[in-house]
Amino acid sequence: MAMKFSTLRRHFRESFKSLGRNGWMTFASVSAVTVTLLLVGVFVAIMLNLNKIADDLEHDVEMKVYVELAADEASTKALEDQISETPGVAEVIYSTRDQELDQMIRDFGEDLKLYEQSNPLREAFYVKASDPQQTAKVARTIDEYPNTYEVVYGEGKVEKLFDFLNFGRNAGLVLILALLFTAMFLISNTIRITIVARKTEIGIMKLVGASNSFVRIPFVLEGIWMGILGSIIPILAVVFGYLKFYDYAEPRLRGEMIQILAPTPFLYVVIGILFFIGVFIGIWGSFMSVRKFLKV
Amino acid sequence: MIKMKDVYKKYANGVVAANGLNVSISPGEFVYVVGPSGAGKSTFIKMMYREEKPTSGEIYVDGTNLATLKNREVPYIRRKIGVVFQDFKLLPKLTVFENVAFAMEVIEAPADTIRDRVTEVLDLVGLKSKSRMLPTELSGGEQQRVSIARSIVNRPKVVIADEPTGNLDPETSWGIMNVFRDINEQLGTTIVMATHNKDIVNRIRHRVIAIEGGLIVRDEAEGAYGYEI
Repeated sequence: MAMKFSTLRRHFRESFKSLGRNGWMTFASVSAVTVTLLLVGVFVAIMLNLNKIADDLEHDVEMKVYVELAADEASTKALEDQISETPGVAEVIYSTRDQELDQMIRDFGEDLKLYEQSNPLREAFYVKASDPQQTAKVARTIDEYPNTYEVVYGEGKVEKLFDFLNFGRNAGLVLILALLFTAMFLISNTIRITIVARKTEIGIMKLVGASNSFVRIPFVLEGIWMGILGSIIPILAVVFGYLKFYDYAEPRLRGEMIQILAPTPFLYVVIGILFFIGVFIGIWGSFMSVRKFLKV
Repeated sequence: MIKMKDVYKKYANGVVAANGLNVSISPGEFVYVVGPSGAGKSTFIKMMYREEKPTSGEIYVDGTNLATLKNREVPYIRRKIGVVFQDFKLLPKLTVFENVAFAMEVIEAPADTIRDRVTEVLDLVGLKSKSRMLPTELSGGEQQRVSIARSIVNRPKVVIADEPTGNLDPETSWGIMNVFRDINEQLGTTIVMATHNKDIVNRIRHRVIAIEGGLIVRDEAEGAYGYEI
């Protein structure tokens, strides 16, 4: 049965009225949602940027495969083909001994020009894995090939970076979940008070045959309003905070390997997430108390 | 209209409030339910409007078995039953008119139907002139009239009244009984009334069902109260 417009208007009116009637409890719940979503917003902003930075760093993770000195041109070419065909390898760049030395001179100074007389360096391949987290595994495979002298990939450091990022992600998620539960609990408590305060009214509604959804909807709406009200300040704070931060950080990172996310579409995503979470905890919070105290 | 078959009710605390009730109430009947406190009178009444569910047995109201009725179907059977309480259960912040209209609003009746119908029933219970007053501005008898108006506003087939005169002085109680008589005679509504009021039962004779220990111990047409208070 479709709901009548007048009924819907009545539900809206009722839900707004009880927000005001339980002023302080509403304020407490909305504040809890605000604090929660503020933290969620900041976390999401940090997390998404860390992910971006991690991606940037990950894509910079490469291994260097040194070729045996004894290998001739043909076997070097064979090794290159073999590496290219290794599963999980995305990119192979060949570097001659002279190129290697030039690089070293650039990195460590003109003194090394002495070695141009007799270059002690090896030919090398710069290899990138398609999934950077698989770098170690790919490196072990390549290490087994004939004419591979050594594979170097910043062993240890890369794993530590990944571990740190994963830990950060999980810790943030746990904290956010704990906060969400707190906010939901507070909302459901506020609605419980509404329900108790209107016990007589609800009792009469049920006696004269109001349908269950008719009894239930104003409370669910009330929860939704609290969720939405609680999401306003966090959304504004995150949007303006991030715009300010971006204005500050972006020029300083220009040309660097690490970049932060541009405000669009990133901020729209964050706004969507905060709004959705607000509505969601509102609905869930109200459902918990409606189910428990209304017995509809 | 109402039919009970071997109705048995045992509460979670072990109290047996109905121990095999069999009764049949025809459409348009006026029935008193009497008996000492704690004898199962209240449970008998509450099971009729599905406030309590029997542990076993069948209860038919207008052809629907309340014992097997699903929770979500309860609202629709409630619309066929009006309930009146000893303590009126009016909403203090709403006017007389709004209190009666409330019962129609929550079942989503159209606004103009509500207006006409509420005026009609307030006239019937003799409160047309006080429709804009708040319950607190009325006497106990008048408040009970409002609650009776509310119980019949959706044209129920049965009105169940649980001690409707329990809080009222004798003079006022007679007035309330006249309202019930009018509803019963003019509208043909079935009335089931639990009461401790000996004078009323003995003076306005109707069928009397006496309940003791969860059993119907007496069921007489034109019966007397039969208990000394």
